[in-house]
Amino acid sequence: MKEYFRNIYQAIVTILIGMGVTLRHLFTRAVTIQYPHVKRELPPRSRQKLYVNMDDCIGCFQCARACPVDCITIETIKAGKDEDLGETSNGQKKRLHVITFDIDMSKCCYCADCVFPCPTECINMTPDYEFATYDRDDLLVHFSKYSAEEAEKLRERDRKEKEAKMKAAAEAAAKKKSEE
Amino acid sequence: MDATVAFFFDLVPVLADLPGWLSYTIIGAVLTVGAFLFIAVFALVGIWLERKISGHMQDRLGPMEVGGWHGWAQTIADTVKLLVKEDIIPEKSDKILFRFAPFLMFTASMAAFAALPWSAKFIPANLNVGLLYILSVSSLVVIGILMGGWASNNKWSLYGAMRSAAQMISYEIPVALSLIVALLLSGSLDMQEIVHSQAGGIFNWNVFGYFPLLSIAFIIYFIASLAEVNRTPFDLPEAESELVAGFMTEYSGMRWAFFMLAEYANMFVVSAIATTVFLGGWQPIAPFLDFIPGPFWFLGKALFLILIQMWLRWTLPRLRVDQLMYTTWKVLTPFSFALILLVSFIKVL
Repeated sequence: MKEYFRNIYQAIVTILIGMGVTLRHLFTRAVTIQYPHVKRELPPRSRQKLYVNMDDCIGCFQCARACPVDCITIETIKAGKDEDLGETSNGQKKRLHVITFDIDMSKCCYCADCVFPCPTECINMTPDYEFATYDRDDLLVHFSKYSAEEAEKLRERDRKEKEAKMKAAAEAAAKKKSEE
Repeated sequence: MDATVAFFFDLVPVLADLPGWLSYTIIGAVLTVGAFLFIAVFALVGIWLERKISGHMQDRLGPMEVGGWHGWAQTIADTVKLLVKEDIIPEKSDKILFRFAPFLMFTASMAAFAALPWSAKFIPANLNVGLLYILSVSSLVVIGILMGGWASNNKWSLYGAMRSAAQMISYEIPVALSLIVALLLSGSLDMQEIVHSQAGGIFNWNVFGYFPLLSIAFIIYFIASLAEVNRTPFDLPEAESELVAGFMTEYSGMRWAFFMLAEYANMFVVSAIATTVFLGGWQPIAPFLDFIPGPFWFLGKALFLILIQMWLRWTLPRLRVDQLMYTTWKVLTPFSFALILLVSFIKVL
C-alpha cells in the first residue's frame, strides 16, 4: 500500500519536473539556424572544395601522385627553348605548359593529401561547400587556362618535336652503325 | 433547440416569417457548416501551433518558410496537398467500411459540438442531458477507429484499432466517474445549468469545490481525457514508432485528413467539457470582467487546456500497454470512486 502511494506521488512529481524542463526549453533560443538564409562561416582551414591557382602551378604532378583516389588529371607540354612562361610567386621558374588540370570533385575524398606536397602552394582546400550540381559531369572542374584549341596546338607541336627528335636519333644511330 | 431558434430569430428576424420546417432546416444547416468551419480552422491553427511548440521545446524553430511570418501558412499548404493527393484504397481491404470509417469518426466528434455552451445565450442544442449526450456520442469515435483498423486488412492497423478499443473502453470509466463528482456539486446534466451553478468568480468554479477534492477529480478527468483522444502519453493506437501509424496506416489523402480533423476536434471537445464542468464554462474569472463576451472565456479556457495537452505531449514518452491499464484500473478508477463517496458524504452532511 505504501509502495502504491509512493508510486503515484513519484509519478506526479517526475511529470511536473519534466514539464518544467520542457517549459524552460520552450523559451530558450533555438540552436538551429535557418540554413539557406543564414549560413555558418566555416573555419578557414576546413576541407571542402579544392582550388588551384594556375598562375603558380609548375605542372610537377606531385599532387596527382599523392591523390589516393586519382581524381587529379594533369597534362603538360614542355616549353620551347625561347619561350618564357614566367615565374611563380615564390620564385620558381615555370618550364611546362599545363594544358590540362582537371579535378573530379565527385571522386575527391577531401583528405588534403594533395595540398602538402605542392612546392608552390598553389593547390588548396577552400571552405566553399555549396557546389552541388544537377549533372555529375559538372563536378569535373577544369582549372587549366589553356583553351582546347591552344592545348591541341601545343600537343601537335610537341608531337612534331618528338618525331623530329626520334628521326634525328634514328639517323644518328644509323650513322654510328655505318661508321663502325 | 428552442433557445437557439430564438437566438437566430433575434439575429435574423426574416427567419421567423418563414414556415417552421424551412427556418429549422436553415438554422440547422448554418450551425452544421459553422461547426465544420470551426473544426477546420481550429485544426489548421492547432496543428501549426503544435508543430511550433514542439519545435521550440526541442530548441528548434518549427516551420518557418511557408507564408512568411513563422510559417503560418504551412498547414494550409499541407491541406491543399492532402486534397489533391491520390486516394489509395488497398485491394484486400473491406472497401465499404474502409471508406466509411473516417466519416463515422468525424461525425461522432462533430456531433459533440451540438451541446457545447458557448455563451449564456448561444448553445446549438440545449438538452437537459447535454453532458450525457456528449459522452455517448464521443464514445462512438472508438467504433470509427476500430472500423478503419479492421477494414484496412493490415496488422499494424488492427493492432492500433485493438489497442484503441481497449484503451477507450477502460478510460471512459474514470472520465464518467470524475464528471459525476462535479455533477454532485452542480446537480444537473444540462450544460447551461452546470455553467450557471459556477457563477461568481474563479473560486466558485467546480475545480475549487471542496478544495482539493474537486481539483483531484479535474486532474483525473484531464488524464483520462488525454487517453480518450489518443494523445501522448496515451497514443498507443497511433504509436508511430512501433505501429507505423496505427489504425491510420493505410489511409492517405483526404481520408487521412478526416482522421486528423476528428482527432483535433476531439481534443477541443474534451477540453470544452473540462471547461464547462470544472472551469466555469463561459463565466469570466471575476464577476467585474462580465463585459468580455462569453465565447472569449469559453474558447480561452479550452485553448489553455489544449496548450497543456500539447505541453504534455512533448514532455512525456508513450506508456506501455500494461502501464496504461494500470493507470486507469488501479489508480484513476479507485480514486474517482473514493472521490464520489467522499463528496457525496460531505454533501449529505
